[in-house]
Amino acid sequence: MSIDIPTICLTNIGPLITLSVAGLLLLLFDAFSGKAIKKAHFHQFSLVAVAIALLQTVLLWNRQTSDFSRMIYVDNFSFFFNIIFLLGTGISIILSVHYLENYKKNYGEYYALMLFAAVGMMLMAAGGNLVIIFLGVEILSIPIYILSGLFREDLKSNEAALKYLLLGAFSSAFLLFGIAMLYGGTATFYLADLAAFIKKNGMNGYTYVGMGLLIVGFGFKVSLAPFHMWTPDVYEGAPTSITAFMSVGTKAAAFAAFVRVFLEVFPSVRMEWDLLLWVAAVATMTVGNVTALAQTNIKRMLAYSSIAHAGYILVGLIAGNQLGATGILYYLLAYTLMNLGAFGVVIAVARKKDSYLNIYDYSGLAFQYPGLAAVMTVFLFSLVGMPPTAGFLGKFYIFSAAVQAGYIWLVIIAVINSLISVYYYLRITVIMYMQPAEADLGPVAVTPVVNATLIISALAVLLIGIFPGAIFQLAMNSIKIFGS
Amino acid sequence: MNFPILSILILLPMVGVALIMMLNRENQWVIKGTAMAVALLEFAVSLPLWFWFDSNTAQMQFVELYPWVPSYGISYYVGIDGISLLLVMLTTFITPICVLACWEDVQDKVKEFMICLLFLQTGMIGVFVALDLFLFYVFWEVMLIPMYLLIGVWGNPARRIYAAVKFFIYTMVGSLLMLVAILVLYFYNAKVTGVYTFDLLKMYGLNIPFEMQFWMFLAFGLAFAIKVPMFPVHTWLPDAHTEAPTVGSVILAAVLLKMGTYGFLRFNMPLFPEAAWYFVPLFSILAVIGIIYGALVSLVQVDLKRLVAFSSVSHLGFVMLGLFSYNMAGVQGGIIQMINHGLSTGALFLIVGMIYERRHTRMIADFGGISKVMPIFATIFMIVTLSSIGLPGLNGFVGEFLILLGAFKANKIYAIFAATGVIFAAAYMLWMFQRVMFGVVTNEKNKNLKDLSMREVVVLLPVLLFIVWIGVYPNTFLEKTKASTANFVAYMEKAKATKVAAADVIMKGDQR
Repeated sequence: MSIDIPTICLTNIGPLITLSVAGLLLLLFDAFSGKAIKKAHFHQFSLVAVAIALLQTVLLWNRQTSDFSRMIYVDNFSFFFNIIFLLGTGISIILSVHYLENYKKNYGEYYALMLFAAVGMMLMAAGGNLVIIFLGVEILSIPIYILSGLFREDLKSNEAALKYLLLGAFSSAFLLFGIAMLYGGTATFYLADLAAFIKKNGMNGYTYVGMGLLIVGFGFKVSLAPFHMWTPDVYEGAPTSITAFMSVGTKAAAFAAFVRVFLEVFPSVRMEWDLLLWVAAVATMTVGNVTALAQTNIKRMLAYSSIAHAGYILVGLIAGNQLGATGILYYLLAYTLMNLGAFGVVIAVARKKDSYLNIYDYSGLAFQYPGLAAVMTVFLFSLVGMPPTAGFLGKFYIFSAAVQAGYIWLVIIAVINSLISVYYYLRITVIMYMQPAEADLGPVAVTPVVNATLIISALAVLLIGIFPGAIFQLAMNSIKIFGS
Repeated sequence: MNFPILSILILLPMVGVALIMMLNRENQWVIKGTAMAVALLEFAVSLPLWFWFDSNTAQMQFVELYPWVPSYGISYYVGIDGISLLLVMLTTFITPICVLACWEDVQDKVKEFMICLLFLQTGMIGVFVALDLFLFYVFWEVMLIPMYLLIGVWGNPARRIYAAVKFFIYTMVGSLLMLVAILVLYFYNAKVTGVYTFDLLKMYGLNIPFEMQFWMFLAFGLAFAIKVPMFPVHTWLPDAHTEAPTVGSVILAAVLLKMGTYGFLRFNMPLFPEAAWYFVPLFSILAVIGIIYGALVSLVQVDLKRLVAFSSVSHLGFVMLGLFSYNMAGVQGGIIQMINHGLSTGALFLIVGMIYERRHTRMIADFGGISKVMPIFATIFMIVTLSSIGLPGLNGFVGEFLILLGAFKANKIYAIFAATGVIFAAAYMLWMFQRVMFGVVTNEKNKNLKDLSMREVVVLLPVLLFIVWIGVYPNTFLEKTKASTANFVAYMEKAKATKVAAADVIMKGDQR
């Protein structure tokens, strides 16, 4: 009897290895170095790891294969998402440094957990097998459960962690059950085999249930209505730097898996799921935007806005065409930049112990700190979807994909929702520019690195908004794997 | 003609923005001087457009075409014809006047103010020269931001935020639906011709089924009607006008409102000609209602600025009526009336601003007998008032006369009702003028008002020059628009005759 030992090329998962090793090393340093190694260097170490992983991803670009017995897809789709995740992780790390020092919570495991979460995200984007995707979800989720509860003394942080853990466990269960159902119906975990099976034999009872449960599971992670209940509380309670990380990273990762599974496995039964998602998208956008109108805590407002953005992105998935998938990739990149940017400003203004989180704390900011207010304005207008920002182009691509696919009413509902969102994003600019400071804001200290990050993000938002061609082309290249 | 004048016009204000950003905010005079220099230079750069413009052709001129997002068929495509020429000139003409007008008026956050003003200019020029639907949409939206800030930051403290947000949201309602319509049009064009493009001129003469035209006309029409503003979506205008700083009101009246009427002429009507004919009764009736309603409401205003704002509703009603007559006189009258309204209402806002600066009130009841105290002011105010009423010899008459002529040819009933608007205009303007300027000085505070300074006269004189010029010899301006208008009218006639817009050759611009 001979055992086939599959050939494995480790460079294919180079970025994942780099981040995992870096995370483990950080844990070791933290445990054994005592006070010898300054914790101040941990973030630099993780940034270097992220940079190396980014480089590895770029070098892998255009390689198209699958590895680890077809468990892992090595393709541009996953690389594009890797870039999004790494950008998100890198910016979040930069934003964290000062924030953690303020709280005196500069634990070594913080950065290690962030790196592990990034590994989970990458697995979700690259998974060619439902089990790998599930593993990715767990590797991503567990660090984030811990990180949202980082402030042990803070009730809200505790609440956030517990809530996220409980609901996250539920969603994992749904996901797992869905996977089991699909296995029951088709006897395979592999996406490619699932697709072939369904194409050949059509759907059966098990696969229907499985598909529905997958929607629920992914829906939790991207916070689709009606599975969005956890989002505002978790976003509000978690440390702001983690909220920022989670709002872009988790969402992008879940969408990566969502898009990959639905466009690869279920395209032949689009009719069956698009109505379901249509309703979910409309509900998500509407619930997110309408509820955001009433928020006065900026973290909660951004939480609801992130729900609404999940709705817009879902429109691209419903469109289900090349343009839609390209639009999703572009949108998620834009969203990563603009949302992290907005959270960066929130962190800067909130300062010690998050004492300035009310939106009225921003009054008069524009004339005390014009630079900070200006970048915030760029991010907000990008979130609204005003040209010439990346946010506009993202919406433009997604909406045009939906129009192309014939979902005109969905697009009309989506633009009406964008209109609602104008009001609450605009309110922040109103407060910053048009209202005198209610109380003296006091000094807002922004470290040069954070400053540079915010400015670069804002410029990037404008730049890829004005010259979207290159990014669009990259995204286009990345979705070639989906046939239709 | 290879010199990229239009791109320079678009970019120059942005260069100004960059320059001003680098200046120290303490040096107010340097900032204002830089803004003034940029605005004047911009005007100078735009002059060749006027002189080199070939008025014998309806083709697009000064065309520049570069791919922007080629995979999507988006290009940077700009060019002007007779219709946009006048509006571009109006924009470059009014901006230096605005900078000069706010020379002493704006003391607070001068730097940001000038940045907004120049940024706005880029947006306005862009809207008028864009020939790519996507590019047009980008400029259309971009221009919202600085205007929103102008109203919201430098407006009247009491209600500026309300007015700014209302302005923003109203405009967004229309433009987002327009975006959907643009996308539908884009994919329809791609389906029919197989070419993915946002090129406006290629979409003219596309044979669109009537039902689709119907909805798209409404989607585009709503965006433009809000901007015009037509009754009943005009309600943002009185608030925005009243609360905006003087310069904001001037630009709003002179240029921004014209984007709505221009949009109808450039996009709505030629893109969806069948629907355009179908909707004539609806839009004409709304225009007539606007004329009469605006005039009647002006009659009862107690606030000078609000009165001028409502008179805009009435004047723009005339423009819309003229455009929807689809004949030579009506459309030409509509175009010239756009310019007239820009000049006379712009001047009225400047005048109201000047008196507000002195008295810090805009209530008509607070004034009276001003003509004795401020003779120069009174003279200029009188001329502008008469121009706004439409006195023969001044610009307003030319526009209104042509519009009524055109409207009469198209449908007598609309014209008869619209003509009453002229009478109402005389009533509310003259009554206002009488209460403000004549009589005895009843209010102590009015006794020692200073007459206009040299700067203020310089601000108003160029406007007066054109008010008289258009009034006495409108041909200078009419001949520029003639070819384009004739082309438009022929196109619309053909669409009516065949009920199919197969006229692919006409309206097709220079495709270099």
